[in-house]
Amino acid sequence: MPGMMELLRRGTVSALAAGVVALLANGIAHAQLAPPPGPTVEAIKKRGTLNCGIDTGVPGFAAQDSTGRWKGIDIDYCRALAAAVLGDPEKIKYTPTTAAARFTILQSGEIDVLIRDSTLTFTRSTSLGLDQVAVNFYAGQGFLVKKSLGVAKAADLKGATMCMVTGATLELNIADFARSSGAKIESLLFDKAEEAVAAMEAGRCDGYTDDTGSLAGMRSTLKVPNDWMVLPEVISKEPLGIHIRSGDPRWQKIVFWLDTALKSAEEFGVTKANADQMKTSKDPFVLRLVGVEGDFGKMLGLDNEWSLRAIKVAGNYGEMYETHFGPKALDLPRGLNNLYNKGGLHYTLPLR
Amino acid sequence: MNARLKAPDWRAVGWQGAVVLATAALFAWFAHNLSVNLAARGMEIDFGFLARRAGFDIPFRLVDWDGSYSYGWALYVSGVNTLFASALIIVLASALGLLLALMRLSGNPLAAGTSRSIVEVVRNTPQLVQIVFFYIAVLQVLPPMRQSITWFGTMFLNVRGLYLPSPSGTLYDAILGSTVVLVVLGALFWRRLGWQQVPRLVVLPPLLVLGAVVAGFTAAWDYPSLKGFNFTGGLRVPPELLALVLGIGIYTSVFIAENIRAAIEGIHSGQAEAARSLGLTSNQSMFLVILPQALRILIPPLTSQYLNIIKSTTLGAAIAYPEVLQIFARTVLNQSGRAVEVMTLVLGVFLVVNLLTSAAMNYWNRRLALQGR
Repeated sequence: MPGMMELLRRGTVSALAAGVVALLANGIAHAQLAPPPGPTVEAIKKRGTLNCGIDTGVPGFAAQDSTGRWKGIDIDYCRALAAAVLGDPEKIKYTPTTAAARFTILQSGEIDVLIRDSTLTFTRSTSLGLDQVAVNFYAGQGFLVKKSLGVAKAADLKGATMCMVTGATLELNIADFARSSGAKIESLLFDKAEEAVAAMEAGRCDGYTDDTGSLAGMRSTLKVPNDWMVLPEVISKEPLGIHIRSGDPRWQKIVFWLDTALKSAEEFGVTKANADQMKTSKDPFVLRLVGVEGDFGKMLGLDNEWSLRAIKVAGNYGEMYETHFGPKALDLPRGLNNLYNKGGLHYTLPLR
Repeated sequence: MNARLKAPDWRAVGWQGAVVLATAALFAWFAHNLSVNLAARGMEIDFGFLARRAGFDIPFRLVDWDGSYSYGWALYVSGVNTLFASALIIVLASALGLLLALMRLSGNPLAAGTSRSIVEVVRNTPQLVQIVFFYIAVLQVLPPMRQSITWFGTMFLNVRGLYLPSPSGTLYDAILGSTVVLVVLGALFWRRLGWQQVPRLVVLPPLLVLGAVVAGFTAAWDYPSLKGFNFTGGLRVPPELLALVLGIGIYTSVFIAENIRAAIEGIHSGQAEAARSLGLTSNQSMFLVILPQALRILIPPLTSQYLNIIKSTTLGAAIAYPEVLQIFARTVLNQSGRAVEVMTLVLGVFLVVNLLTSAAMNYWNRRLALQGR
């Protein structure tokens, strides 16, 4: 039946042609800097929800409590971002992502932003089509080991076996550490942290390795947490931070300055409780931060109270850390995660 | 409508052509979509990363490996691990499946009941849950390292695995290798050599054992010993392999048992009666008359089970067995960021292995069919 074939072929050709035209038009639109607030924010506003990619469950970063509510510093970032863009911290669709699938999910457009204790590295920056926006947690790869092993530092672990999850850079760091220090550590890779920890508790491994922030969280879930300790030493730098898809510089600026706003709020003493009163402050930096002076929100394509709303969700960066990693939570000293003027690494760009 | 178009063969060709065209258009659209989207992100398909240094460790392997080898070699190492686990599972599942089927058909109510309840429990629970269960169960049963179970001071069993002395040496390799070649050739050409008066099974297995023992005396043995955190030296069978083989092997064996039972019951009851009336015992009638004929019905469903086994080894990623999916689609994908290339390769590996397996099984099937009718 030639008629049908012809029809089919013509249909395919015209569909392909339409697709190509649409993609070309899309490409041209991307080439110029889109007017604020950019295509990602427009899509979020149209949809009415922010699609936020998070971890599947690591206490401190993102974990569900007994009522099924997500808690953690990454969650607070998602909520602050939703408050800044949509005006409501509850308008979020959380997508828990595994280590192996997270970047593909972001690339595919299923999520708008990935805030999931992910290390920013060279290869991820150059070969994934993603942008690395900001560091929200400075960690390092550390070890959780049994106290009875009598190990004091990482080099003592020569010949030991470590359980870990696959899909991160953990096994590579272990191998790099072996190359530079001569202490060869065997790595055993699991798909999920639960199986890795179960195998460790059964004695299959001498310990568990992950980012220091996650280790503190993992230790709290063990049967007898006091039998285990986190070694003070780390074998890698793990700046954990926020990833977005490349191609929308406006969205990149919004996410970057949101992170800056949360950290600046701590620096200038703007808290969840006093944020509204700070509108009468005399400090020009504070006035810009709470949106009284200098149209900063409008320059991003948002309104001027964007950062004020973000701060009022879960407080400034220090308050978030206190809630999830402070003495009453996982009890992880702030160390590198303090502000630059208190011995840490968080140095924010000035709001001016 | 033209009368010719109503002819069934024309219509069939037309429909087939349309389906082929639609499928081709779909794949063309996928490929186009992929290339446009990759280009939009400044990425392109490139397999050059395979030559790059991998840098990570693979805890269990049968061929040479350290961090300085390439990503491409990691695919080979993990591929060998996948094939090794698949082979062990196929042997275990087939043997166990035959045993369960024979128990079910034995007529002994205790044996039949046991077999039936095993089949029902195993095939009605999820496979991954069984594997993780075996893994945690195996780990719980085995003693910690410093309280290893020891045989002769040279073999150790503990939570880290089974440690055995490993032989090596050129003379050892030569003797063992030539014995294996001799036995395989003997098994293949036994009839053509005109030795069928002597049964193969009486001569060849003892010959293999003899060769292995002689080779063992010439070998240099490397004994495992406890140093620091771990045993070093010797050969190690990790608990992950054990759990994976048990988990998938037992799971698949119940399906194979049902296939075998169906095949045996598909043989006309006259065959068994004829064998009995010739004075064969029930064992002889089963192994000499029924099973050889049942094999012909059995091979097609058995092929599907074997292919399923090979694919199911990817579940080993859940319990730290370093197979293709874990090493390549997790670690290498994450390190290189080349999702499309890596997934294409992983799919390609399984496609090739399964096509070869199915070709071999089909060859066996054809040979049996020819000998029969």
